[in-house]
Amino acid sequence: MLEAAIKQHLIDPEVCIRCNTCEATCPVGAVTHDDNNYVVDAAKCNYCMDCIPPCPTGSIDHWFMVPRPFSLEEQFSWLELPPPPEKGEAEQADALDDEAMRLLEAAHEGAGGHARAPISAAKPRINLFNRARPAMATVTGNLRITGAETSSDVRHIILDFGAVAFPVLEGQSIGIVPPGVDARGQAQAMRLYSVASARDGERPNTNNLAITVKRVREPRADGQVFAGVASNYLADLPLGARVEVIGPFGATFLMPDDLDADILMVCTGTGSAPFRGFTERRRRLGQSGRGRLYLYFGARTPEELPYFGPLQRLPDRLIDKQLVFSRVPGQGREYVQDRMRAQAATLAELLKRDGLHIYICGVRGLEQGVDAALGEIAAAVGLDWPALRAAMRMAGRFHVETY
Amino acid sequence: MPDGMNIDYDGLIPNNVGLAQDQRVRKALETWHPGYIDWWKDMGPEGFQESLVYLRTAIGVDPKGWAKFDYVKMPEYKWGILLAPAVEGRTIPFGKHKGEPAWQEVPGEYRALLRRLIVVQGDTEPASVEQQRHLGATAPSLYDLRNLFQVNVEEGRHLWAMVYLLHKYFGTDGREEAEELLQRRSGHADTPRMLGAFNEATPDWLSFFMFTYFTDRDGKMQLEALAQSGFDPLSRTCRFMLTEEAHHMFVGDSGVQRVVERTVQAMRDAGVTDPEDRAAVRRLGVIDLPTIQKKMNLHFSLTLDLFGHEISTNAANAFNAGIKGRYREDKIEDDHQLIGATYPVLRCVNGEIVSEDVPALSALNMRLRDDYVKDCESGVVRWNRVIEKAGFSFRLKLPHVAFNRAIGEFSSIKATPAGQVIDAASWAAQARDWLPDAEDAAYIERLMVPVREAGQYASWIAPPRVGIDNKNGDFEYVQIVE
Repeated sequence: MLEAAIKQHLIDPEVCIRCNTCEATCPVGAVTHDDNNYVVDAAKCNYCMDCIPPCPTGSIDHWFMVPRPFSLEEQFSWLELPPPPEKGEAEQADALDDEAMRLLEAAHEGAGGHARAPISAAKPRINLFNRARPAMATVTGNLRITGAETSSDVRHIILDFGAVAFPVLEGQSIGIVPPGVDARGQAQAMRLYSVASARDGERPNTNNLAITVKRVREPRADGQVFAGVASNYLADLPLGARVEVIGPFGATFLMPDDLDADILMVCTGTGSAPFRGFTERRRRLGQSGRGRLYLYFGARTPEELPYFGPLQRLPDRLIDKQLVFSRVPGQGREYVQDRMRAQAATLAELLKRDGLHIYICGVRGLEQGVDAALGEIAAAVGLDWPALRAAMRMAGRFHVETY
Repeated sequence: MPDGMNIDYDGLIPNNVGLAQDQRVRKALETWHPGYIDWWKDMGPEGFQESLVYLRTAIGVDPKGWAKFDYVKMPEYKWGILLAPAVEGRTIPFGKHKGEPAWQEVPGEYRALLRRLIVVQGDTEPASVEQQRHLGATAPSLYDLRNLFQVNVEEGRHLWAMVYLLHKYFGTDGREEAEELLQRRSGHADTPRMLGAFNEATPDWLSFFMFTYFTDRDGKMQLEALAQSGFDPLSRTCRFMLTEEAHHMFVGDSGVQRVVERTVQAMRDAGVTDPEDRAAVRRLGVIDLPTIQKKMNLHFSLTLDLFGHEISTNAANAFNAGIKGRYREDKIEDDHQLIGATYPVLRCVNGEIVSEDVPALSALNMRLRDDYVKDCESGVVRWNRVIEKAGFSFRLKLPHVAFNRAIGEFSSIKATPAGQVIDAASWAAQARDWLPDAEDAAYIERLMVPVREAGQYASWIAPPRVGIDNKNGDFEYVQIVE
């Protein structure tokens, strides 16, 4: 991040057709025009993004990191946008919100460099709602999806936005701030949860989304039990409860909008949330493309594997399901990277394909084991994995989100 | 949350007007629906009905909800009934009822007038889909093919919008009118569409871009005027339609710009310095600037006829009644009743074009047309910037409003694009310099070869600067299933 720079919203005068839609839409009067150009007043724009979707041209969606904002007069005089600043805006920001940005940067660290969105990904909307102006959602589902007898209480929670538009893409996250204050009397920190449903809702054309939440209850050495504030708040929500939601966030960990692309998804636990979204999306679009999904999903036992039941019903033609268990009595401990090595031939073949997109999501450290396995598999067929990984990352085809 | 922001997707017809609670209208629309789908299949885009098209669908009528992009088969597009949110306490903004609460039901005395306005507006929507139905076969790229289909499905939705008003507020008459909207056919000898320009063919893609730039812009002006209406359901309907109409303007504006851009680029690359050397330019497989000017002359003049007679009692009555306002009435600072006001009108007196002040109330068509001409200028300025940037002195120019007119003051005379009145013989001798002729049509037709490779464009048009929904250049906007 450049120091003391501000993010300025600009309109490309070469692409804009002066249709007045943005000015008519802006709720704070930040957009204005003269006979030459439509421009945004940096002093008034509050990044609410209301003007972005209605713009028919795409001219509205320009963001420059500048040390000093361009004045209205400067913008009125332009025939084209000035050259973009050296760096900063070219990379897709996952959030405009510092708190969410920090969380996502940490989660994406394991990719080994700045991630990019897949070239064919749909354009994500980010930061439509913030702490000061959250969207209100209603809980319309809160279902335990792990066996009742296990200690792992994972919930599938459906949030309905009613009349409010909250557009998300699979792979994006939402922010939840638990009510109340923390031990120091400050407002609670924001937590991010991956969207676990497809972009058109939990059912097609519903205005809702699902998240996957694991109730955190960990015994401590002193005999006390640590209870996660946000996860317990969410897991305990009754149907009909109202929840403040921030976001959406995330502009890189997105699925390719390309039915010919193969997608390799590696996850543990609630890291499966985005992949449920990916899978649902592909399932709804039907089987017209050549691409297939490959899921390597680890849990301790089948009872503790979120979405175990629904996963069983997905056709093999859509998805190759590799469910891997580390604590099944009477069986050896197997982890996702073990299964990947066992399937080296399949994966090596995939690695050779240009259309392959790799996603790793789950507990921090997962990426290292997976990386080592992919390295061995690649080396065995003469591929330079670090180089391939870097190239894939630059092309938006390698993604890590661990926490 | 303001009332009516939520769209109900559960029924057959997505809507934010509470159709689920309105049995009568719901049933009427559900009865109309199969006929509409039949019409779409018969008269909508030819071929491509099974193809997946990357379309925008509204999922809410607030700014954040109405641009959701996804692959859709056109016959499965969610044609819904969407009204802009109601403004609480809205009053009639002009005319003799100014200041009274806006009507939520049709006032009996204006029933016939309102019905007529709605039917005429509604008739143009399916007409343009019919006019453009063959264009898919020659699309210069998948990007352009997608834009054509987006325009088409939204024109379809605009028909729904008008049909809803007819069913909801005009009883049996409305139902009959809604049926007839599906019966008339653009260019049909016996059952043509109601307005002249909507019975002309759209034979090629340059015509399509010109049509969306010039003729859809008339639609925008009419919608702007109706969005001011004291009849609140009409106002709210038109306000939502206007956000969609902006995309149609964009297709025309950027389409012509890309044609111009490709032409000057090819000329520069080949070292052709004289834009008037049409043969040399045509050898490059691009459309020469004089031919683009001729197309502009044609579409601009045809569209001016849609504004009707310069002096009109109908327009005065509609304004006085609070039914149809002026362009951006809410931004105009006057009495909004036009008592004693005058407006300068170009008239034809003894074969001469003169400006005459007439009562402003009777000059409303003229005023809307003036606003339209000003709106048209903005794109021409930018097209010329492309030519200027490439180093050519040629400039495109809107013809005079008296040029090539069939309706109104100038229908009885012949005038040059510069506005000079000439006799019929001179017109006959020079018309082919000003309007596209058979040779131009044949040349353009030769260029119209389909390009269906993602990211590729026909020889005569430049790629767009920005993809739809910010997509990259090689995005497959239409997955064609033959």
